[in-house]
Amino acid sequence: MPDYRWPEADQRILIGKRISRVDAPLKVSGQAKYTYDVVRPGMLFGKMLRCPYAHCKVVRVDTTAAEKMPGVKAVQVAQGPGKQIFWAGDEIAAVAALDEQTAEDAIRVIKVKYQKLPHLVSDAEPPAGAGEAGGPLSEDDIEDAMDNQVPEAQLIDMIQKQGISFKLTDELVKEAKSEGVSDAILNALRSAPYHEVKEGAAHSSYQKAATVTQGEPDKAFSESDVVSEGLYGIPVITHCCLESHGATPEWTADDKMLVYISTQNVSGIPAQIGEALKVPASNIRVHQDHIGGGFGSKFSADRWTIVAAQLSKKAGGKPVRMMLERDSELKVAGARPSAYARVKVGAKKDGTLLAWESQSWGTGGPGGGGSPPIPYVFSIPNQRKSHTAIRNNIGPARAWRAPNHPQAAVITMCALDDLAAKLNLDPLDFFLKNLVITGARADNYREEFGIASDLMGWKQKWHRRPAEPATAGLVRGVGLSMHTWGGRGHKSDCDLTIQPDGSVEIKMGSQDLGTGTRTCIQIVAAETLGLPIEAIDLKIGDTTYPPSGGSGGSTTIGGVSSSTRRAAVDAHDQLFAKVAPALNAQPGDLECVNGKVRVKGDSGRSLSWKQACGKLGAMPLTVRGQNPDRSKPPDLTNSGVGGVQMAEVEVDAETGIVKVTKMVAVQDCGLIIDVKTAESQTYGALIMGITYALYEEKIMDQKTGRMLNPDMEFYRLAGYADIPELVVHMMTGKGYDERGVIGLGEPPVVSPGAAISNAVANAIGVRVPFLPLTPDRVLNALGQKGAA
Amino acid sequence: MFDDDDLKSPDEHSGVSRREFLKISSITVAVPLVAGPKVVRAEGQEVPVHGPGKVPVELTINGKKHKLELEPRVTLLDAMRDRLEITGAKRVCDRAECGACTVMLDNKAVYSCSVLAIEAQGKSITTVESLMESGKLHPIQQAFVDNDASQCGFCTPGFVVACKAFLDKHPDPTPDQIRHGLAGNLCRCGTYAGIRGAIAQAARKGA
Repeated sequence: MPDYRWPEADQRILIGKRISRVDAPLKVSGQAKYTYDVVRPGMLFGKMLRCPYAHCKVVRVDTTAAEKMPGVKAVQVAQGPGKQIFWAGDEIAAVAALDEQTAEDAIRVIKVKYQKLPHLVSDAEPPAGAGEAGGPLSEDDIEDAMDNQVPEAQLIDMIQKQGISFKLTDELVKEAKSEGVSDAILNALRSAPYHEVKEGAAHSSYQKAATVTQGEPDKAFSESDVVSEGLYGIPVITHCCLESHGATPEWTADDKMLVYISTQNVSGIPAQIGEALKVPASNIRVHQDHIGGGFGSKFSADRWTIVAAQLSKKAGGKPVRMMLERDSELKVAGARPSAYARVKVGAKKDGTLLAWESQSWGTGGPGGGGSPPIPYVFSIPNQRKSHTAIRNNIGPARAWRAPNHPQAAVITMCALDDLAAKLNLDPLDFFLKNLVITGARADNYREEFGIASDLMGWKQKWHRRPAEPATAGLVRGVGLSMHTWGGRGHKSDCDLTIQPDGSVEIKMGSQDLGTGTRTCIQIVAAETLGLPIEAIDLKIGDTTYPPSGGSGGSTTIGGVSSSTRRAAVDAHDQLFAKVAPALNAQPGDLECVNGKVRVKGDSGRSLSWKQACGKLGAMPLTVRGQNPDRSKPPDLTNSGVGGVQMAEVEVDAETGIVKVTKMVAVQDCGLIIDVKTAESQTYGALIMGITYALYEEKIMDQKTGRMLNPDMEFYRLAGYADIPELVVHMMTGKGYDERGVIGLGEPPVVSPGAAISNAVANAIGVRVPFLPLTPDRVLNALGQKGAA
Repeated sequence: MFDDDDLKSPDEHSGVSRREFLKISSITVAVPLVAGPKVVRAEGQEVPVHGPGKVPVELTINGKKHKLELEPRVTLLDAMRDRLEITGAKRVCDRAECGACTVMLDNKAVYSCSVLAIEAQGKSITTVESLMESGKLHPIQQAFVDNDASQCGFCTPGFVVACKAFLDKHPDPTPDQIRHGLAGNLCRCGTYAGIRGAIAQAARKGA
């Protein structure tokens, strides 16, 4: 039986060490090629005409002048007459031309007549009674709810109460099953009442889900010594990938395509394009070397890619580059849903949490958006909660690093922090006291809080909130938060080939988002084969390689490291069988160490790697590694992590400017393959967290329905000077390593918003309800408290 | 900003060869023939007017001369990336907000998205691609590798060039100078902690 187990700590040469990312030299020297960098022979430049209205109907599209323009090679209408448009910036028509300037000129002469319709771009608190009787759910509504991880029970309740507006055909059921829709949801859909919806009928903007009650909230509140009430929230933000979304498709034959695309989902793209263009997915080759950021927004082929492929077809198959402009990137290529809540939470004098009540709302654009899992991490025994999703015209939501969790953390951890303040307790003591209701990771959290507290100097820095809000000068405060995530490895196949000359090649359809995926695959293979990292020739990012899951939900590291480990173990076992006679040993007695194949514990009986591979004969050895593979235990990946963070801020009470002065992150993620890139991801998460805590917001103009800040001057990202002292501590060793490999991309980005908001409250003595903590919001909060 | 004085005078642009002419005219039928700038008088000064249509442009990038025919509105960034396939500098904001397109123009860091290709003529253009010497990373690049100062890497070339230009001027910078000097570049993955380590390492080495 092959032994796939991860090597013990004292046996590891590479795993768990600090190794520089293998593609860093390419990136620092400008040699790394991103999709945006690809210049194909004969390539045309695509440009998209986008709708200026947030809600309208397309009446007429006249592309005649564009077609006649010299240098224009193809024109394609994306959404023509009769189409209803639900957000400003949606695709209308596109051109492909010899150069970008001509393409720009050409889309300017396309004439479109729109019929404007009323829009809603606000996500303010729904009016009382709004959405109580939601209309029937469309296919899109269901899909959107699933994408946004609406809890199954809630979705079933909505389906039963509101009914559906589509017929559930066998084909739909088949499709739903393949997408992982559960039987419980399918049964609900089968028995749901059907309500016809007339085209163009008004769609209610508010979908209120049934109130969920657990335990006896009224009784628990009456038994609480202290009850705290507050308003908390976090607005819609965008992904703002530095490499915008886009692709360069071309037709290499009548029904064959080559597509360069910026994607988190290389292996999954052909099926999406194939379905849209009615081309067999197996005829579509997708390639990507490097990606300039995704953060959850790049799983889909997207309409602009399909339109570019249509333009290419019209232009005789020539490659058409269609990369989004910066403003489009911010308007249409991804947004994180907002979430706001009025929260009431009660506890005993000693801090024991008893009861939670919340009315929450938020938007994810036209689909409404999901509801954050509140109360977060803490299973408060008595709860009553309701959520209203607002359907509006701000543009579509996409998964954003840890979907729904940062929102849940802000709402929960800020409410609990306010309660702790009202109880006159140090929030650290209060959180520690209630860890008993956090479930399986309670002991990890306890250990992590201890370390974080030391690293922050919490006991010296924490003080009670000032009784009167600060009015002048610099005031300081500290805050904390905690979070969880799953992160089990996805399905990920790879082919590992050993050549008779000793060279080793791995092919995997995966992608490296900048998380260190390439580095980690090479570390695992090199460790298993006793070779240096450079000896592994790794090829990823192409659909001609074995399929590997999309990089989302922190599933990549568990997936790719497991299948690589299995492939490498199987490969060396097959090699041992060929080599054993030469070493006068049994295959099971051999091991790969330090560039040699040798008899375990007998360094005298060994062959160099090259000599050993020579025993393969004339043909290379290729094995397929797969994950998960239940027939081949053990499970090399796992699910469930915990992390805690602390923030220290300095607030100028006169200007309202918040400066983060220190952040501490303590994070577990099972066995860490490369500590260096793992730490980088955590540093990055803290920095992204500072950005959304202080600066980011997709600001909509209520009147025109357009985004007001679709550029990088007014959609502000934190810069070098905004970054304070950052301390990252990864939990490793006993209690962590033996859990197997678990994903890290999402968890550390969950807590910064809540921790920073809590630190500001600690500093100024009053809660700033909504992120980002801009000077005007801080001054408003100070003013209101002062006036009260 | 860039002085027009630095631009070559019109007659320094030689005409187009017959072969080039055929190549151009076959693809841009209605565009006027390639021609040097006209000169008009504005506010008492003679000002060259380029275009409309393509004009000959000569760029010196990393010590190598490149002759191109470009519309005057084409930026240095787009000329490098789309016409010459020098793609180290990235197009991100396309309006001088993020620094991903940073190159050096006569040893000064500039946003190449906001410099027209015609303005860059006669100047020495240095991109990230030229920093390696005989296959070896420049100490600043090595410092970026050692300190893991890139994740997705899309902002990295701009940062590397900005650091190079900055350290050339401030070989022994104070933290405040660094904060000021790197304020023109943005990263989305959050690599600033690595960049902080990298610039400290490179500065120590006197890069």
